[in-house]
Amino acid sequence: MPIRPTCCFALLLLAAIATPARAELVIDITKGVSNPIPLAIIPFERAVPADGGFDVAAVVQRDLESSGRFKAMARSAMLSQPARAAEVQAAVWRGAGNDYVVVGRVSANGTQLQLDIELINVLTGVQVGSQRYTATGANLRNAAHQIADYVFEKIIGTRGAFATRIAYVSVDGQPPAQSYQLIVADADGENWRVVLASKMPIMSPAWSADGQWLAYVSFESKLSAVYVQQLRSGERRRVSARAGVNSAPSWSPDGKQLALTLSGSGGNLDIYVLDLATQALTRITEDPAIDTEPGWSADGQSLYFTSDRAGGPQVYRVELANRQRVQRVTFGSSYNARPRVAPDGRSLAYVTREGSAYRIGAQDMAGNARVLTRGTLDESPSFAPNGMTLIYAGRQNGQGTLETVSVDGQVTQRLRSDQGQVREPAWGPYATP
Amino acid sequence: MKSNRLGWMVMCGVLAMAGCSRNARPPADADTTTTPPPAAVSSGNNSGAASAGAGVDAASAAAGTDAAVQPDNRILYFDFDSSEIRTEYVEVLATHARRLTGNATVRVRLEGHTDERGSPEYNIGLGERRAQAVRRALMLQGVGESQLTTVSYGEERAAQAGSTEEAWGRNRRVELVYVN
Repeated sequence: MPIRPTCCFALLLLAAIATPARAELVIDITKGVSNPIPLAIIPFERAVPADGGFDVAAVVQRDLESSGRFKAMARSAMLSQPARAAEVQAAVWRGAGNDYVVVGRVSANGTQLQLDIELINVLTGVQVGSQRYTATGANLRNAAHQIADYVFEKIIGTRGAFATRIAYVSVDGQPPAQSYQLIVADADGENWRVVLASKMPIMSPAWSADGQWLAYVSFESKLSAVYVQQLRSGERRRVSARAGVNSAPSWSPDGKQLALTLSGSGGNLDIYVLDLATQALTRITEDPAIDTEPGWSADGQSLYFTSDRAGGPQVYRVELANRQRVQRVTFGSSYNARPRVAPDGRSLAYVTREGSAYRIGAQDMAGNARVLTRGTLDESPSFAPNGMTLIYAGRQNGQGTLETVSVDGQVTQRLRSDQGQVREPAWGPYATP
Repeated sequence: MKSNRLGWMVMCGVLAMAGCSRNARPPADADTTTTPPPAAVSSGNNSGAASAGAGVDAASAAAGTDAAVQPDNRILYFDFDSSEIRTEYVEVLATHARRLTGNATVRVRLEGHTDERGSPEYNIGLGERRAQAVRRALMLQGVGESQLTTVSYGEERAAQAGSTEEAWGRNRRVELVYVN
């Protein structure tokens, strides 16, 4: 089938008109590490009025605290507010209980803003790092997230995932009169915008490796179809609208292929790989059971997927070069589904049933499995690009919420939306410059 | 027609903002908007689960299809984790099959649904399995393959909100939607 650009103007227009000023997601840390690292994020020297009054340090502080791994000093307790490492008296800040201090300056540079930050270990008095960023007034918030990513990496040893985005589906209204929105937001829930709105279900958003495109399932024609949409331009292509199920898109690491689930009119769900440039379709599984929810291995050489070929749903792995060889990889529960491989390829997250509860489980490639969450209807796990955290959909008092859990189980967060149900989160990759 | 439709969609949006979207009747071809069916199409034993799509499509209503040729009971419920058609629906399906074999131009969309538990995409598979069970039952009674289309909405279009056994039971269903 040829690529068919379809007009999404009407849908987007409807979204613009019909969407009231809706509530954004608010982060609650539901559990942090037992000994968070104390640090002081000192308010940055400002470039008034070029910075538009934006408080960069406050966003850096909020990011780091929201990770559950840091405890920031209250500004009201700061006796001075140095903006340069040379002005920081390590003993004073150490005496106030801090391990680290972050100082910074925003300065106007033509039409651009320049941000210089320095990170000081006040236990040793050593400057751990310094970094320069350029930004415009419009993307200062993103620069703040990048600073938080940097500070996080310098102290924890792994790059932060604050300067990333998430996609999710928001469902408003009560059955049967529900409306669906596909939303993209910063990882902290800010800067959200509606990518698609429909009176019919939208499912399974999946990011391209470069973060420029989303694939998703839309039932806007009443039947299922898989679309890919470029976020910047809104350009949209319907890539699969075959008879039966068109579902569960997952982008290959090289961005050239889409794994997806098709059933044909006979209703047998199997996994296929679609080459986006040539539209060539390759069948990967051929089994009378339900085969669905493909997720790529980090090297792009195999797919993990859900199949109930042995009775209940379990996770299997198939090598694309040797499709006859299908290996079961989950055991220990009668229900394991929707696998997602960690960015480093060393672990796998999925939905697992414990008693009557559906929770997020993870296992290493040797099969050592753990259950990470405590909810009753947890689903749709998605790894942060640094592999440290999973975002997933949960349920709280009948309300759909987005939750995060660190892969070590130590930190949990809830992203609340006080309007509508939020579900099917997908954590995007790091932005490519 | 196209601009007309856009106008309708804008109007629906405005009405939705005004809080009266339930009363905003879409035009026959508004494929991104659904409305609840008229209460009259629900028979007694499923009135609690009357839902969008359970009745005649807006398109067919507008086209003046004779409602009398369509059996009243258009929703089949299923047990947990099952796509077995309950014996109570044998006569219901036979009635549908008779109407369909009697008029080969009539088409039905079989919409499969699950309850909210479990992974959404796996539930698409389970909903498709239910829709296929109904499709096969109708074809065994002589209904032409070209008269039947299946779609699975999985857990995405609940008939009833809530995490109770009752709501789950109402949501595990296949709806037969006459499309012309």
